[in-house]
Amino acid sequence: MSKDRIKKATSHVVQNEGLLFEESRPGRVGYSIPALDVPERRDDELIERRFLRDDDLEGMPELSEVDVIRHFTRLSTWNYGVDTGMYPLGSCTMKYNPRINERVARIEGFANLHPLTPAPLAQGALEVISRLEECLAAITGLAAVTLQPAAGAQGELTGIAMIRSALTSRGNPRKKVLIPDSAHGTNPASAVICGYTVETIPSREDGTTDLEALSKVMNEDVAALMLTNPNTLGKFEENIEEICRIVHSSGGFVYMDGANMNALVGVTKPARFGIDVMHLNLHKTFSTPHGGGGPGAGPVAVTEELEPFLPFPRVVKTEEGLTLDFNRPKSIGRVRAYFGNFGVLVRALSYILTHGDAGLREATETAVLNANYIAHHLIDTYEIAYPGALMHEVVFSDKRQKKFGVTNADIAKRLIDYGFYPPTMSFPLIVQGALMVEPTETESREELDLFIEAMRSINDEAAEDPDTLKNAPHTTKVGRLDEVAAARKPVLRWRRNNLAE
Amino acid sequence: MANTPEELSYTKDHEWVRVKGDSATIGITDHAQNQLGDVVYVELPKVGEKFESGEPFGSVESVKAVSEIYMPLGGEVTEMNAALADSPELVNEDPYGKGWMIELKIADSSEIDGLLSAAEYEDYLKEEASE
Repeated sequence: MSKDRIKKATSHVVQNEGLLFEESRPGRVGYSIPALDVPERRDDELIERRFLRDDDLEGMPELSEVDVIRHFTRLSTWNYGVDTGMYPLGSCTMKYNPRINERVARIEGFANLHPLTPAPLAQGALEVISRLEECLAAITGLAAVTLQPAAGAQGELTGIAMIRSALTSRGNPRKKVLIPDSAHGTNPASAVICGYTVETIPSREDGTTDLEALSKVMNEDVAALMLTNPNTLGKFEENIEEICRIVHSSGGFVYMDGANMNALVGVTKPARFGIDVMHLNLHKTFSTPHGGGGPGAGPVAVTEELEPFLPFPRVVKTEEGLTLDFNRPKSIGRVRAYFGNFGVLVRALSYILTHGDAGLREATETAVLNANYIAHHLIDTYEIAYPGALMHEVVFSDKRQKKFGVTNADIAKRLIDYGFYPPTMSFPLIVQGALMVEPTETESREELDLFIEAMRSINDEAAEDPDTLKNAPHTTKVGRLDEVAAARKPVLRWRRNNLAE
Repeated sequence: MANTPEELSYTKDHEWVRVKGDSATIGITDHAQNQLGDVVYVELPKVGEKFESGEPFGSVESVKAVSEIYMPLGGEVTEMNAALADSPELVNEDPYGKGWMIELKIADSSEIDGLLSAAEYEDYLKEEASE
């Protein structure tokens, strides 16, 4: 093994750790309760016997405080996160979560506010909602925003449901939604849940939408086109104005999947090129925690025409301050309890306000520059399926490494040994053996150089020693997992007796 | 090179068809299973369901992705391969045999003329590979 090639990472001792259930010892506790200073009463005098457990909480782990602290701390040392190093997971936009956002979200008035607090006593929280809606409307150029959806996919569902309501109120909900073949899988799912059939639009050779194919299938059965811009190949749809014109000319709506909005914020506004409705992923573009740290938020922005269909309640300004408006006869209704994931909304507003206009634009430009820097330095080593001008991410393929029997999965797993999180694999589906890299603006040039060096070194290893790649990772707590067995015969929960199986 | 049995018909979506009288057996090709990688789940329609040609009738999930499977011919499903529920690996191991997916009663036999021969399908694969 060629350990001297690996600069960023080294192996170090990690401790084995059992499950809390296995570490349990009868009678071990992490608390001591003061002596009782009131008369003792039997529990069945206070609560009806039928509501009491009679199993003495059998099976619950019994542990001391230090047992629990060490358990979770040890597990955390097995992990990799954006606080550990570069996390180039394409399309997921794993950018750093600035700590000031965490601090703001923990301000007592936000963190401990009950969602049913009457509006006059929750003016600060309502102002967060109102101001974030205004900021996102300004960023997208659209008229109004709902913050309720809890994720991008729920935002899509909300957006398509509004389109359906708007078309129904015109007299005909129509039948179809058009989706390019490079789309996120959630797009067709959202359309189908809203009662539409899906028709796929092929990509052109440069990876953008085929205008001729679009014109051919566009007619008055089409409710909407769902488009990601820049798309999942990292390409900006250069004909976006023409695309919107074609769809609008037959009375359809254009829905933009805003998953890649981090390539546009502060530089251009989707409303300018004709988008009618779009979602934003606050947990991507606006730096709120992502993955295990979630939850997400998928606000939806709409044109004035679609505004009446937004979910209620709406936060509105009155003479007595901010209040909630439930009287929205055309609304599609609530899509989420209360006000969405409020703590996430606070963090996103903090991100926007701490950056300001110039800062947001700079973040976008840096994200695009970083992706192009990686593409430029690796284009001689790895195939780029759709080369040409790129935005915030680059999609490589394993085409040149395949001749050594090495696949995208082997390259991704080997990157772990080099101290990097693996990129997105095998997506978008139109690229065979895809490796989708999105560095985001978080990374310094030094970290990008280490990544480029690691990718080049892995390419050398593919030729010299392919087995090292095929068995990677070698330095992690757990080696190559059997993903096939895990999917075919999943073990979804621990049972006392199924360990041996 | 993928295995492409001479006696079967094919589609550009990589399904194969074995026509016998007015019934047809359908599965995915060796090339398709190879591209998908290890299949972990196969979703098939119920017997009695009707589909038009070109409509998706089920999906194949591999460790890489979920792909739809399309009807090469319109008709009514008369049988489905229940063994794939517990043994999806049959699609990888024996795509033209034990990995078959559905059998259907052909609605319009003129649609058979629209299918590709083994030689035409192989040419199509070469074309795709050179792109």
